Amino acid sequence: MSQVTQVNGRGIPLVGDDIDTDRIIPARFLKCVTFDGLGAHAFEDDRQQLNGEHPFDQTQYQGAEVLVVNRNFGCGSSREHAPQAIVRWGIKALVGESFAEIFFGNCVAMGIPCVTASAEDVKALQTAIADNPQITLSLDLTAMNMTVGDRTFPVGMGDGPRQMFVSGTWDACGQLVAQKEQIQTTAAQLPYVSWKVSA
Amino acid sequence: MSKGTLFDKVWEAHTVGVLPSGQTQLFIGLHLIHEVTSPQAFAMLRERGLKVMFPERTVATVDHIVPTENQARPFVDRLAEEMMVELEQNAKENGIRFYNIGSGNQGIVHVIAPEQGLTQPGMTIACGDSHTSTHGAFGAIAFGIGTSQVRDVLASQTLALAKLKVRKIEVNGELRPGVYAKDVVLHIIRKLGVKGGVGYAYEYAGTTFQNMSMEERMTVCNMSIEGGARCGYVNPDDVTFDYLKGRDFAPQGADWDAAVDWWHSIASDADAEYDDVVVFDAAEIGPTVTWGITPGQGIGVGETVPDAASLAEEDRFVAEEAYKYMDLAPGSAIQGTKVDVCFIGSCTNGRISDLREAAKVAKGRTVAEGIKAFVVPGSERVKKDAEAEGLDKVFEAAGFEWREAGCSMCLAMNPDKLVGRQISASSSNRNFKGRQGSSSGRTLLMSPAMVAAAAVTGQVTDVRELL
Repeated sequence: MSQVTQVNGRGIPLVGDDIDTDRIIPARFLKCVTFDGLGAHAFEDDRQQLNGEHPFDQTQYQGAEVLVVNRNFGCGSSREHAPQAIVRWGIKALVGESFAEIFFGNCVAMGIPCVTASAEDVKALQTAIADNPQITLSLDLTAMNMTVGDRTFPVGMGDGPRQMFVSGTWDACGQLVAQKEQIQTTAAQLPYVSWKVSA
Repeated sequence: MSKGTLFDKVWEAHTVGVLPSGQTQLFIGLHLIHEVTSPQAFAMLRERGLKVMFPERTVATVDHIVPTENQARPFVDRLAEEMMVELEQNAKENGIRFYNIGSGNQGIVHVIAPEQGLTQPGMTIACGDSHTSTHGAFGAIAFGIGTSQVRDVLASQTLALAKLKVRKIEVNGELRPGVYAKDVVLHIIRKLGVKGGVGYAYEYAGTTFQNMSMEERMTVCNMSIEGGARCGYVNPDDVTFDYLKGRDFAPQGADWDAAVDWWHSIASDADAEYDDVVVFDAAEIGPTVTWGITPGQGIGVGETVPDAASLAEEDRFVAEEAYKYMDLAPGSAIQGTKVDVCFIGSCTNGRISDLREAAKVAKGRTVAEGIKAFVVPGSERVKKDAEAEGLDKVFEAAGFEWREAGCSMCLAMNPDKLVGRQISASSSNRNFKGRQGSSSGRTLLMSPAMVAAAAVTGQVTDVRELL
């Protein structure tokens, strides 16, 4: 299990509030039994409408690893296909004003940190990247800050998920399964588990 | 921090332990799966050599990709067929109960679990689908998860989660005629915003919810996620128990009495403490229609599209985007907006009572020229019940198409789609850009009765004029 304490890379600004998971990956691309190939279709319809002007198509942002978004990013459908598409495009961390809950949880389970920052810091970061797409962003999950150029600002994340990243336990599956005995004890104490039903 | 709420009690009862990260390991009483978000989860299990720990606590059905016209196998859509086969195999190999097409029990996952009594008060319920919040109508803690978490539930019947805060949303008073549960929830989201609920569970309280049927409560809880709240619930009461009694998976005999006692005990205490409380008056709520690209962009049917300047500063960016996408200018009336397609169905409004309300409006009227209108029952049972009442005949006589059960045009992962710039009047839950299958298609969300009114007039119409 790999610890995630630092993400360093170039940034890509995606300006907009309430960008939902249908926009991140339109439903027609959910007709699949694996996540392979989703990266090519991230933001497909938005990109088509912007005719090459969407950040995911702009040459200066190719190879970027930190996606910088605004408010309520990833709202809507629970489809993990959305973060899977973003990650398969090349993103390793997200910084934003706020994230929708299920999207955030999906990212944790994939080992992709989503950190929040103030609206001012996010906007300044988006501008800094647009001005100099080659600039390196350094996200530090131990110090909980982001450094870009000579500027450092604080970032936020709930302590539980943060611990999962820095201790390398963001893939909780093994940890959960290991508690089998305790799980069975909890189940046995729930009244509905033993009720008789006709079906 | 909340104390003594249903959320606190159910959370506590299902806590397996605290993980080293500080998060709670929470037992999931009922896991629902469907064809879209489960195949990769089963693949991950196979890769790790893990088995399903409690196969009897997972129930599967197929809903998102099923065609609502020609359901003959193999499906015409090769990819849909592949997903179908994958789910059939995964269910079989892992000993999971599966309600397939033609079983009499298939349907939208959030319609079939309640109608069979699988959904019960005091349970934790998870499903790889954001509208899992629907099940909160029974006083369950129910929420959507992603595919990696579906894997976790299959493997361990638990999830690693941080506890949510609890906001009580009280609505009091009687709803005026022509105002439905859908209008109530659209109103709440309009007022609290699409991200207002992030970090919260919503407890719907007050006399308006107390007086609602279970199906109306499901409509409200269903759209909690559109307000940012991963789960929303109503405390269980006699309405809940009356609905559940005698259903396939409801407890029986002595267990029933024990169940009712337990269900009473898990309801929020009279002196429960909440992280936040918001109060609305039912009399303020009218028939509501969305004009924009988020479910929070709703207005009363008699109102005009708001000016960006009249909105909170943080809502202006999305408003500008919405004017452009929807081609609706600020200041223009929503009433009278011409529509092309009318869709009645979905996990929000595809239940028998929804179809009855829509049929009342459709009865004796005719779908306006050039309008495509169709009704998609939420489940095979809803379809059968509706046909027994003759609702199919009412709709067909009016010029609506009567379809097979499925998610249909709510998210258009099947042949039901908008084309080009078409505008739909839709009883579903999301008006996102491209949501209904055309990357430039437009959606106006409203109650099923309002959709029927739009169908027979060809435009957005105040349903109260037709009642």
